[in-house]
Amino acid sequence: MKSKFDFKKFRPVGIFLAILAALLIYAYGFQVTKVNLEETRSEKRQTQLVRIIRALAKPDLITYDYQETEATFRIRIPCPPEGFQPTLPKEGAPYLKMTPACANPKDTITVEGENFPPNASGPLYFIPPSEVTLSLGTIQTDSAGHFSMTVKLPDRPAEEDQYIRALVKVPSGVPRASAALIDTWDKIVETVFLALLATTLGTLLAVPLSFFAARNLMKDVTSPFISVALYILLIPLGILAGAQIARWAISLRLLLGITLWVDGIGIIVLPLALLFLFRWSVPQTDEQKPSWKLRIARALALLLAYFLGVLTLSFVSNILIEAGNFIQPALGSFGFIGKFVRDCGDILGMILTILSALVGGGVLLNIANRFGEYAIRHFSFSANRLLNLIIGTVSGAGLAVMLMAGIDWLYQFDNRWISLYFPAGIGGLLGLLMALRFKPRDKVGIGMVVYFISRTIFNALRSIEALIMVIVFVVWVGIGPFAGVLALSLHTIAALAKLYSEQVESILPGPIEAVKATGANRLQTIVYAVIPQIVPPYISFTMYRWDINVRMSTIIGFAGGGGIGFLLIQNINLLNYRAASVQMIAIALVVASMDYLSSKLRENMV
Amino acid sequence: MLEVNNLTKIYDGGVQALHNVSFSVPRGQFLAVIGLSGSGKSTLLRCINRLIEPTAGTITWKGVDITNASEEEMRQIRRKIGMIFQHFNLVNRSSVLTNVLAGRLGYVNPAYSLINRFPEKDIQKAMLELERVGIADKAKNRADELSGGQQQRVGIARAMMQDPEMVLADEPVASLDPVLAHSIMQYLQKINEDYGATVLCSLHFLDLVHRYADRVIALNAGELVFDGLPGEIDDTKFKEIYGRDAERVG
Repeated sequence: MKSKFDFKKFRPVGIFLAILAALLIYAYGFQVTKVNLEETRSEKRQTQLVRIIRALAKPDLITYDYQETEATFRIRIPCPPEGFQPTLPKEGAPYLKMTPACANPKDTITVEGENFPPNASGPLYFIPPSEVTLSLGTIQTDSAGHFSMTVKLPDRPAEEDQYIRALVKVPSGVPRASAALIDTWDKIVETVFLALLATTLGTLLAVPLSFFAARNLMKDVTSPFISVALYILLIPLGILAGAQIARWAISLRLLLGITLWVDGIGIIVLPLALLFLFRWSVPQTDEQKPSWKLRIARALALLLAYFLGVLTLSFVSNILIEAGNFIQPALGSFGFIGKFVRDCGDILGMILTILSALVGGGVLLNIANRFGEYAIRHFSFSANRLLNLIIGTVSGAGLAVMLMAGIDWLYQFDNRWISLYFPAGIGGLLGLLMALRFKPRDKVGIGMVVYFISRTIFNALRSIEALIMVIVFVVWVGIGPFAGVLALSLHTIAALAKLYSEQVESILPGPIEAVKATGANRLQTIVYAVIPQIVPPYISFTMYRWDINVRMSTIIGFAGGGGIGFLLIQNINLLNYRAASVQMIAIALVVASMDYLSSKLRENMV
Repeated sequence: MLEVNNLTKIYDGGVQALHNVSFSVPRGQFLAVIGLSGSGKSTLLRCINRLIEPTAGTITWKGVDITNASEEEMRQIRRKIGMIFQHFNLVNRSSVLTNVLAGRLGYVNPAYSLINRFPEKDIQKAMLELERVGIADKAKNRADELSGGQQQRVGIARAMMQDPEMVLADEPVASLDPVLAHSIMQYLQKINEDYGATVLCSLHFLDLVHRYADRVIALNAGELVFDGLPGEIDDTKFKEIYGRDAERVG
């Protein structure tokens, strides 16, 4: 047996070295972060700091109507050779008096005032012929309305008359909310709704996406090689076909004309026809396997029903837009409801094509899967081998060309060799190699591929702060809260999808097993065994995210994303710290109350 | 008739759970599967409805090769095979009725079941099955509000919803007390006798085997070590099945 190295003996040395290393790290940290203690003690900085802290402590919350009392006094600098006679004060009115009556520049004089409002303050100005006022200081009247102040005259000699003016402000009337407070209220409402929309949008998209990033759901998803190769070819085709169906439906609606009459019929008759077709083509139970003829007829009926469905939705979208336009002026100050209705119609119209494209892709995916499963069971080994090789090559080429088309779009090579022939050749070769590697009956773990791709995308998106994303969206939709909504939504999707998928991974496997054993298909298993288990954590995480989004939305305005941050950064840049203080208080209040609210809600939910 | 030929399962980690297991079960038999924990009983039952993919070997049932069935065919096969689990495997947050209705998922059209719509006759059947196991009054309760024995009855009702021609019961009474164990076993016996369903039931207690099973197979470390009548298990056989140091408790 080898002699064991005695770690215990060298332990103190190890500790000493660790401390030394830690010291080095911190020393370098001080160097890198430019720790400057001189600066913290410098008097100039300290007075600035005190000024700002005092301004922050006096948030610009309320404002009054002011009654201003003003008195002006004519002076000469320097004293004219012929002598100078100051204006005589009027009896009872506020007046100023200077001793001596005239002086040289930079002389120290005394300014006195009488008959001003008592216990008030205001600025004292020097007004040269250019009328650009110079502040001489702040005056403070005593209980008799008198003040006296020693002032150093500015270096402004002139042949003409110059003036000294005192301005005393006395608040009058009831206090009201300051402009800063009103703006802050507007913006804080905007902020909260920004967070709400971003959370809603993010959650809606993150929920379905999270299933793709859950290992326990995806690891059993396998397909024959033929199916995988067909996915690559058929899914894009399905997407195009689905989008084309939506486009046909929309142009058919346009062809029918946009009158209320047609719309009305469209929205009543179409769904009925749709329902009838759907009922016929999708029976509630299928005890026996239906015949081929019946299945084809059902598929065609379902296709027609689908077209009618898209058409109906297109009508609904149009009606919403029309209705929104109609009620917006009619509702007066609630016109935003009309705008919302119109926007909903618009959104429906926009996502109709996308949804239809997704459905198309999904249908062809299903067909590809079924074909592959059928082929490996019913075709001979060599026929499968041949199919594998052909489809593998074609789909490899297709995938490479599609990827290259994306790269070409970015870099604009404008060369058919680079964008078409080379990738097709190389992709085809790789596809062929892959086809050779997989035996026909081998299953490809396509689920794990999807899992890794979606995890990678979520992690990448999560690592980019919403504050940075918003810069891109500002370019797209302009500065304002909408850009903030989009940026926060995107970040929310990535963050929530990750959190959700981890919850899916931690559910009990037993119920899934049991539901699968009844003959349920994959989607049914998710609905009956997975979803009931994940509802509480999903709600809890959504609340948590809503909390984070409120926090984020308060600063997303720093980068142009709207909300209160936009106002805050403006006021800070204008050195308007008293207004900035109002916004800071508002942020603190909103964040703290949302924090409290969401934690209470989460407690009650789970 | 269920035929299992040279069934072998090797898990990803290299653990051999089943090794060349062959046996056949005639229709309507009550077959007990015994063996130590980890001897491969659960794996065997799960291979039959392919919750676990066998590594090699074939399983044929009613002339259909289960091991070679496509996903769509598996759906048709699985819906005729009810399964009952040791830990009941109910969806805790769903109602008892929903848990029972889940037994119909292999029959109903996925498009409707996704929005939780079942045909009226399925709901009636679910209530009937719950009545048969004596917990119709709990239909609206959440599954996790029920006691263990009641939960296993829900599990039985769920299996019965499938109109099963075969029932796989994976230690259905291992987490229940002896009184409950007998009542659950009696339900299984009823399914076997009244509906003519083949039952494959893994069990730990030999007295249950003697009382309910027509025939016994025993597994030890993934190999079939006994195939015969319950009465044939004498002390020598017992030691072969459970190992030299084992002691009989029942």
